[in-house]
Formats: sequence, structure tokens, C-alpha cells
Amino acid sequence: MSSVALAKPAFAVIAEFSSATALFEAAEKVRDARFRFWDVHSPFPIHGMNKAMGLGKSPLGYIIFCGGFLGFTTAVLLEFIPSSFLFPLIVHGKPVNFFTVPPFFPIMFELTVLISAFTAFFGVFILNRLPRLHHPLFDHEPFNRVTNDAFFLVIESVDPKFSEIETREFLEKIGGTGVTLLYAND
Amino acid sequence: MAETDASTTVFVERMPRRPLVWNNHSMAWISDRIAGIVENKAPRWWWVAIAITSSVAAFGLFCIFYLLFTGVGVWGNNIPIAWAWGITNFVFWIGIGHAGTLISAILHLCRQKWRTSINRAAEAMTLFAVICAGIFPGIHVGRIWMAWFMAPVPNPNWIWPNFRSPLMWDVFAVSTYFTVSVLFWYLGLVPDLATMRDRAKGRVAKSVYWVLSFGWRGGNRQWRHYEMAYLVLAGISTPLVLSVHSTVSFDFATSVLPGWHTTIFPPYFVAGAIFGGFAMVLTLMLPARSLYKLHDVFTWDHIDVMCKLLLLTGSIVGYAYCMEFFVAFYGANPFERFAFLNRYFGPYWWASWTMFACNVVMPQLMWVRAFRRNWAIVFFVSMCANAGMWFERFVIFVISLHRDFLPSAWRMYYPTWVDAFTFIGTFGIFLTLFLLFIRFLPMVAMSEVKGVLPEADPHYHPPASGGEETVTEVHA
Repeated sequence: MSSVALAKPAFAVIAEFSSATALFEAAEKVRDARFRFWDVHSPFPIHGMNKAMGLGKSPLGYIIFCGGFLGFTTAVLLEFIPSSFLFPLIVHGKPVNFFTVPPFFPIMFELTVLISAFTAFFGVFILNRLPRLHHPLFDHEPFNRVTNDAFFLVIESVDPKFSEIETREFLEKIGGTGVTLLYAND
Repeated sequence: MAETDASTTVFVERMPRRPLVWNNHSMAWISDRIAGIVENKAPRWWWVAIAITSSVAAFGLFCIFYLLFTGVGVWGNNIPIAWAWGITNFVFWIGIGHAGTLISAILHLCRQKWRTSINRAAEAMTLFAVICAGIFPGIHVGRIWMAWFMAPVPNPNWIWPNFRSPLMWDVFAVSTYFTVSVLFWYLGLVPDLATMRDRAKGRVAKSVYWVLSFGWRGGNRQWRHYEMAYLVLAGISTPLVLSVHSTVSFDFATSVLPGWHTTIFPPYFVAGAIFGGFAMVLTLMLPARSLYKLHDVFTWDHIDVMCKLLLLTGSIVGYAYCMEFFVAFYGANPFERFAFLNRYFGPYWWASWTMFACNVVMPQLMWVRAFRRNWAIVFFVSMCANAGMWFERFVIFVISLHRDFLPSAWRMYYPTWVDAFTFIGTFGIFLTLFLLFIRFLPMVAMSEVKGVLPEADPHYHPPASGGEETVTEVHA
């Protein structure tokens, strides 16, 4: 059994930390050691962790803006093509022209919001490469508690500074417990 | 405390921040308590409750089918009261939904951390209320199979909807509101579904939660995008929730009917919606809190804040009632004056005074701290608000319509049994959906509540000796 496991390539080294504070301080040390392919796992988003990990702001906001703009454009076309060309309606004696635009605003607003919301929802999962039901981390038994009250730090083997022995020692030195080498599961 | 520089004065000593979860519970306690509700066997009261609510819902559905197969004539609507309970119920339910979005979106932007204990249940309540609301415009058209004409799609007659009609705005506003609320609610559920997945014992349950949680791993690289999405959804839901009830009010405000044709309607409707919605959240959460022993998560501090919001919005509504009356007097329009005098002193005087008492007078009890911390009074006031908000819509719609411009057209409105049971039936649908929700999904956002615990702060260090304020007060 062990020989089969050894034949698999290493995926990452995982270490557990006792609290959000410990994880935060460890993350700052891993960042300063200039690792690139690593992550911290916690039951809730930890305030300030992006900075502690050296991550910038999520680009999702810009993507959602594009989605909102698409929604706005859709509404403009959806309203003005039928109302001006396909089925011109004179309501309250008012034709469709620049001066009668305000009554068209509510639907423009609604579609802007609608497409932005879809972009936000699907954007977060696309950027996170989810759904992914099969991940090497799930093979690590203690990782079950990450959604309950446990905090983990994972350094992946694809990192240029990764070494099976030194990375383990490094994680133990910065306070990690239960440091384990995980193998890729496919 | 020693003299300190003015810019670094610490107020913690004088006024410690009250903890959001009482009795210093751990994160594991929160998971156990909340997820345990779903994992343990359903208590007996749950079966009794769902048996009653689903029977009521079934009878409501029977009434709906009876209406569809017979025609809208089974309702008490007449001319001039062509809009009666149907629209009253629609606006009532859609208003209820507003509290959920207010809690999840506006309070998130305002960094009101107490929202985390109630936002999941309130958002679920929003969805179910909007479902109940959507029934009425759907069935009131009579020929429901023609409802797709509201959609702006090419049809064989080459007829397109009138995009400048407030009723068309409503179609877009309500459908957008429902969709965005579902997305917002589900995004918040994903980390909690991952908790359910990791705790699940059974193979089937684990697989289902695994798929529903999309394989969420709680990595900060995931939280980073998640938090941005959550923030943006809160940001776009804020104008959305304010616009939905404004759009609903445009259905009336853009007409020329005395009593409807006022510019105060959008803010007045929005305040009323939030008032009614908070009342419904309290109505649902007070029993749920006792039955599931969530006193330390949904604490008296939460109830206290919500009661203050009831007081605030109830008073805004009261201001709007008075201002409407004043403008009718000051506007010198005899039709407008008549409409408002008739509202309070005409044949439906009892409805208007019920509305005024329930929505304006009763919430004033909430000025007293002891009343805000007495569940019987809180429950009573929230029930008053529920009833009062329904009467408000009845007053606005039916009373304004029943005295037409010509006295020869004046008529009274009498609901039929179909009217009554359809409305009661929607309560059955609403409560059945809510009971199913608390049975199968975590009713408190676990990951968010953990995030507001003191030890969730990355700069938190446990106090050496009891420096932290501990709240241990327990109420029956």
C-alpha cells in the first residue's frame, strides 16, 4: 500500500494551526518566505488575511461591472428596438424619443442588477475553479474540521521553493502541528 | 485609566462592546447547535406544525385551482373595486420580503455584525414571501396560460409589451428581486453546506451536501472572491430592495385616483415594507429561538435592535399617514380631501383605525427597554404590525376605489370565501416552506456567526484574567 502511495506525486504539505491569530501570523511568515502556491483554510473569512498573504483585491468587481454594463445594454436594446421600430406605442400622447426616456429607466436598472448578480454568483465559482468535488485535501482526515473550527495552511508542491523535507520543517518551525505530506489523488 | 493622547483614547473601558454570541461559546458549539437542528430527528411539534400548515396550503391551492377553472368572478371584486384582495395580498407579501434583503444587504454595508444571526432565516423568509406574492398577479389575470404575454418575446401577433407601464416595471422588478435574492441566499449557504457535508454521517446526505456545496474548501483564495461577490451583491441589492417597493407603489402613484396619486408613496411604501418584514422576522424567529434553544445566538440584544427598527419604521409610516392627510387638506383638491376624510370617517373607518393603531400606536411601546426584552410584548407588537400592514394595503386600495368620482358608481366590497381562503392558503404555503427550510438547511449562517466571534479577529489574544465582558443573563 505504501509503495503505491509513494509512487504518487506529492501534492502539498499541510499544517494545522490552533487559532485564527496563529494562522494569520503564520501566513505572514509564509508570505515573507516568498512562497507562491499556497493557501490558508479557515471556517470563515479572516479579516486582513489578503494582506497577510500578499494577495491584492479580487478582480471580481471589474468582471461584475462588465456584467452590469451588459445588462444595461441589453435593457436599452430590449426596450428601444420594439418600442421604436417593431411596435411603436404612443402612450399618454408621448412618442418614443429622447425626451421620453425616464419611463424606460426602471427596466434598465432592473436588468443591470440582474445580470450583475448572475455575474457575481457565477464569477465567484468560476474564479475559484468550483464545482470541484474531488480534491487531494479531502483525503486528509483532519481537514474535515476546516468547516467547523480548524485552521490549516497548505503549501503546494508546484511551488518553486517547495521541498518535501524543508517545507515540512519550515511549517513546524512557524508553529504548525500535524504537518503531513499529501499526495495527488489522480 | 491614565491620561492618554486624545487621538488614541480608548472607549473600551467605559463602554465595552457587547458580545454577539452570549456565554463565550466556541466555534464547535455553534456548528453543533445549528447543524444539529438539521441532523437530529425532527421534533414532534415540527410534524404537527407542518401537518397543519400543509393542509392549509393544500386548501389554498384548491382555491387557486377553483379560481382558474371558474374565473375571477369567484372573487368579490366588482366595478369600481376591480383591484381588491388580490393586489392587497400581493403588496402585503412582497413587503414582508423586504426585511430579509435589508438585513442581508443594507446592514452588511453598514457593518452591522448582529445581522449574522438572523440573515439566513430572514433571506429564506424573503424568498418564500416573494413566492406567495407572485401567486396573486399570476392568478388574477384569469387566463393564466396567457401570462407569458408579459415577457418581452416575439409572438405571432407582433405585439410587444409597453415598457413605460408601471405594471411592466413590476414584472421586471419582482422577477429580478426574486432571482437576486435566491443567488444571494445560496452564495451565503455554500460554506454552511460544506459544514453540513463534513459533518454528515450517511453516504447519501454526504453526497448531496457535497454537490450542493460545490466542493467548497474554505481557502482564503476562495474567500477572497467570495467576499467580493458578497459585497457587490449587497451593494446592488441595496438599491434593488429600495426600488422594488417603489416600483410597486408606482402602480398606484402614477394613476390619477385620489388617495393614490401622491409622490410620498415610494418612501412610504418602502418604510412600511421594512416595518412589516421585521415584524414577520420576529414572528417567525421568536418561536424558532425558543423551540431550538438558540437563545445565545439570537439573543435579547438582537431582539432589542429589531424592536428599535420596528419603532423607527413604524414611526416613519405614521409620519406618512399624517403627511398624506395634511397634503390632502393643504392641496385644496376636493376629491383628494374627500378621499382622506372618507378613509377615516367613511364606511371603512374600522379598517383605517385598525391600521393606524397597529402600525403607529402599538410600536410606540418599543420606546421602553423592558418591553423590548419581554417576548410576549414583542410578539404581540409584531403580530399587530403584521395585521396592520395588511390593513394598510386594504385601506389604500379598496377604500380609495370604493368611492368613485360619480356617486352613482359607489359600491361596497365584500370578500367571498375564495378570497379569504386563498389568502389564508398563502400563509400555509409560506409557513410550510419555512418549516421545510429550518428542517433541511442550517437556519443560522454558521460561517458568518463564527466570523464575528472575538477569537475570529486575527489580532485577538485571550485575556489574561476575565478582561472580557461576559453576558450570562438568561431569560425564559
